Amino acid sequence: MIRIRGLDKRFGGTHVLHEIDLDIVPGRVTAIVGPNGAGKTTLMKTILGLTRVGGGQVFVDGERVGDDPAYRARIGYMPQIARFPENLTGVELIAMLRDLRGDATEPDEDLIARFQLADQLGKPLRVMSGGTRQKVNAVLAFLFRPELLVLDEPTSGLDPVASATLKDKIVDVRKSGRTVIVTSHVLSDLDAIADDIIFLNEGRVGFAGSVHNLKIATRQLSLERAIAQVMVAGVQGAVA
Amino acid sequence: MNTTLRIMRYELRDVLRSRSLIAYGAFFLAVTEVLLRFSGGAQAALSLMNVVLLLIPLVSIVYGTMYLYHTREFTEMLLAQPVRRTHLFIGQFLGLALPLSAVFLAGFCAPFIMHANEGAPIATLAVIAACGVVLTLTFTAIAALLVARIDDRVRGIGAAIAVWLGLTVVYDGLVMTALAVFADFPLEPAALAAMLANPIDLARVLVLLRLDVSALMGYTGAVFEQFFGSSWGVVLASLTLVMWTGGPLLLGARRFQRKDF
Repeated sequence: MIRIRGLDKRFGGTHVLHEIDLDIVPGRVTAIVGPNGAGKTTLMKTILGLTRVGGGQVFVDGERVGDDPAYRARIGYMPQIARFPENLTGVELIAMLRDLRGDATEPDEDLIARFQLADQLGKPLRVMSGGTRQKVNAVLAFLFRPELLVLDEPTSGLDPVASATLKDKIVDVRKSGRTVIVTSHVLSDLDAIADDIIFLNEGRVGFAGSVHNLKIATRQLSLERAIAQVMVAGVQGAVA
Repeated sequence: MNTTLRIMRYELRDVLRSRSLIAYGAFFLAVTEVLLRFSGGAQAALSLMNVVLLLIPLVSIVYGTMYLYHTREFTEMLLAQPVRRTHLFIGQFLGLALPLSAVFLAGFCAPFIMHANEGAPIATLAVIAACGVVLTLTFTAIAALLVARIDDRVRGIGAAIAVWLGLTVVYDGLVMTALAVFADFPLEPAALAAMLANPIDLARVLVLLRLDVSALMGYTGAVFEQFFGSSWGVVLASLTLVMWTGGPLLLGARRFQRKDF
């Protein structure tokens, strides 16, 4: 589904991504993890075309990410920070995105029901609480039944119930054969949903493979401890 | 183009509902009404001109930058949709500039239509209204350019205020000083060029010529009158005003196209 070859990115003087090669497999949930500043968000934004490809190439479904925005019709994006035009209502916001996508498919309103949002959507976004806005953010990502979901810290700002609902939704989407890319700082959140792990550190891929293999290689039962081990080993490797 | 219009439509709705925009329209309504009622005639037109030339650039550029910085995250979200960047950029510009112009026109025109029978200088007021709309477009375009170029919002809003101060206060001061220092030389071409290079000055001269008070502008006023009276002058002035909107918009779109979000 996504093929990344030699992706290199600098912002001014900082080298954010160092010639990354990656393949993200369709029909699976891939988690991108790593410390702050590792390049997780930059990697995601490059796939979305928000950050321009520096060196190298990125392909989504065989189409090279560049000036043609058509491939994004198959992507649903949930950004980390949910800020919307204040004076529009939730209903108008949904109508706006549908207009922009020119989407004729029956929208997936499952999350609206599961979050019990229907009553809130008539209000302007200005009066919604941060948590409610984050729920709207999640609804928008899934609404158009995209083949690929890109979720940046989706559970941040959600209460435990909503967070569990969202994770259930991710599992459902994966069952229907669609692809999910997700970042999170809460590794225990990812344990239950991720099939594959990409561990980024200082703009390089520290590990890319299945969660299962990572746990075997590190002889750990939880993803959290397995990643912790990779991080420590990575530091030792750098010293040696 | 369709995408541009769709983005414009929703942004326009958002902007039109904001309280500050309603206050902006109410302000023009009150000022125009008061001036037309209590001073009347050319005097009112002159005062209105000063309000328009000072306030519209300030509000357009500051509101424009603040709005665009505020919706940055939403801009990112829209860019993750199947949308071309330039379409989004132009749509955002129109979604800001059109409601700002409309609210100004509504607030400004309502009183002078009401006072039309009482000898209000309709033609002059129409020129002021047109200048107001053009300045709104120009300064919203500059705002869009600044936001596309400057990532830090504090610096961006600072730059917006600096541009406004520069074109209203500093520029005039510099031109005046230059004219005084070089008073012994033939200054007409230089003064004309200096005026064309500043959209606010250009708008001011267009209104003053209507008011027939070009004598107020000293001896260069006569030169201006001669120049703008000719069809060449009108064409050049209009072209310059178009460039003052198109230029920043073009530069902004180019930057927006390449930008990393």
